[in-house]
Amino acid sequence: MPEKTRRRHKNFIEKTIVGLAEVAEQALYAESLAKADGLLQKLDARVKVIGLFSLIVAAALSKKITIILSLFGLAIVLALLSKISPVVLGKRIWLSAFLFTGAIALPAIFITPGEVIYRLPVLHWAITAQGLRSALYLISRVETSATFAALLVFTTLWTQVLKALRTLGVPVVFVVILGMTHRYIFLMLQTAREMFESRQSRVAGTLPAKESRRLAAASVGVLLSKSFYLSNEVYQAMQSRGFRGEVYLLDEFQMQKRDWLALAGFLSLAILAFVLG
Amino acid sequence: MAVAFGVQNVTFRYNDIIALDDISLTLEAGKRYAVLGANGSGKSTMLRLLDGLYFADSGTVTAFGEALTEERFADDDFAYSFRQRVAFVFQNPDVQLFNPTVFDEIAFAPLQLRWEKQCIRSRVAEMLDLMEIAHLKDRSPHRLSGGEKKRVALASVLVLEPQVLLLDEPTAALDPKSQSQVIDFLIDWAGSAKTIITATHDLDIIEDIADECLIFQRGKLVAEGKPQTILRNETLLRQTNLIHAHRHAHAGGEIHSHPHLHHDHTHDE
Repeated sequence: MPEKTRRRHKNFIEKTIVGLAEVAEQALYAESLAKADGLLQKLDARVKVIGLFSLIVAAALSKKITIILSLFGLAIVLALLSKISPVVLGKRIWLSAFLFTGAIALPAIFITPGEVIYRLPVLHWAITAQGLRSALYLISRVETSATFAALLVFTTLWTQVLKALRTLGVPVVFVVILGMTHRYIFLMLQTAREMFESRQSRVAGTLPAKESRRLAAASVGVLLSKSFYLSNEVYQAMQSRGFRGEVYLLDEFQMQKRDWLALAGFLSLAILAFVLG
Repeated sequence: MAVAFGVQNVTFRYNDIIALDDISLTLEAGKRYAVLGANGSGKSTMLRLLDGLYFADSGTVTAFGEALTEERFADDDFAYSFRQRVAFVFQNPDVQLFNPTVFDEIAFAPLQLRWEKQCIRSRVAEMLDLMEIAHLKDRSPHRLSGGEKKRVALASVLVLEPQVLLLDEPTAALDPKSQSQVIDFLIDWAGSAKTIITATHDLDIIEDIADECLIFQRGKLVAEGKPQTILRNETLLRQTNLIHAHRHAHAGGEIHSHPHLHHDHTHDE
């Protein structure tokens, strides 16, 4: 008689370890994409920030669905030319953007007054053409904007994005805080993972829900206290190297011919989309 | 010889806990010092006082004849001049490497001291070559190995060409190869008549990195002397928890347990 096996559910600690490992894995994947030999990867970060941001603005201001969908198509073409698979975009961007925006857009389908095109059985709620149109506009705008933003993040090292923001006039303090957050989030992730692995090595069986909650709260407390300690140490390390409350950065960018061409292309498309509506 | 640091009757507390208790010492310029002591003996606190990161609750600390006080550091000219002359390498390189890339890390200090940008670029390039980390310049510090992080941390302070280098446990948590790279570097760097003050409890390295030893225990300075003298004083080392009893084998096959130093250890009787 075959031995009866029962699938064991992952406990809270295991799930946390897996989650933390996935975050680190995703960061590594994003970094490998940013170093791929694609179209957008070859461009200066400032061109991408300005160009993609102008296309996001064009999508947000457009009043015609054809224009928004054309911009969405452009985003997919840019993704393909930059060696980013639509499957990756679908999993990481489109699905979550759809679910998030869909939750916001859903009521509009029913509450926007207008021509009724369908009535839900049992509930008898009316779906109006105008409501459906509003929801479609919202979702398509968000999907298009999110795709352009994802293209920037997937094709540019975070350090380059920060430097580009700085050269485009974003205040130094803001850029430095973003940079340090990105830097230390990985250290804290590693600390958290080691903490949970150490717990896992001392836990047998399934933890009751109450115990899991207690463990989570205690872990948050310990991590918070470690991050306070770390921030104090980092501040001293900065002071020791001459930090006096204001940060100075070195901006290292050189625009090439292809960057100027790409910038002109992005801006022309954005203006065209804006003019066409 | 000129005095780099003077410490007179210094006491420092973390809230109610005394970290340094009535310490007085003089550190001469151009010499190499090892600050020895077990965990919690006050070594790291001493280094932070010398770097003007902490200020004494009582007593005075002077650097190059000037008192290190909060009021003095409020003066930009003094602060910039001091930060250029005195560099501190923290024990945990993750604390020290807070910039997005290795290049930014090394450029950070000269940028804060308002060096010319062209000068910074060339100086950073020199440091990258000197520390053999040019291939890491665009990497994020959190992706580096322990040895690489330590070399970047050293480069990030040596870029200023300081006169004094304060090191907190420079070989802690490093593999043997990385340890010897750091030690070799310190030996070469000290050749240019710099002052090096190293806090450590690694007795195996002190003859290589120090001309003088200062032994701390529970916030007090309990002994001073040449490394060779200190290393022969087994009673002192045992009392200050720098050596401990453990089982070990001799070439003749004898296995026994007692406190000892690992090098030059023989039994006459």
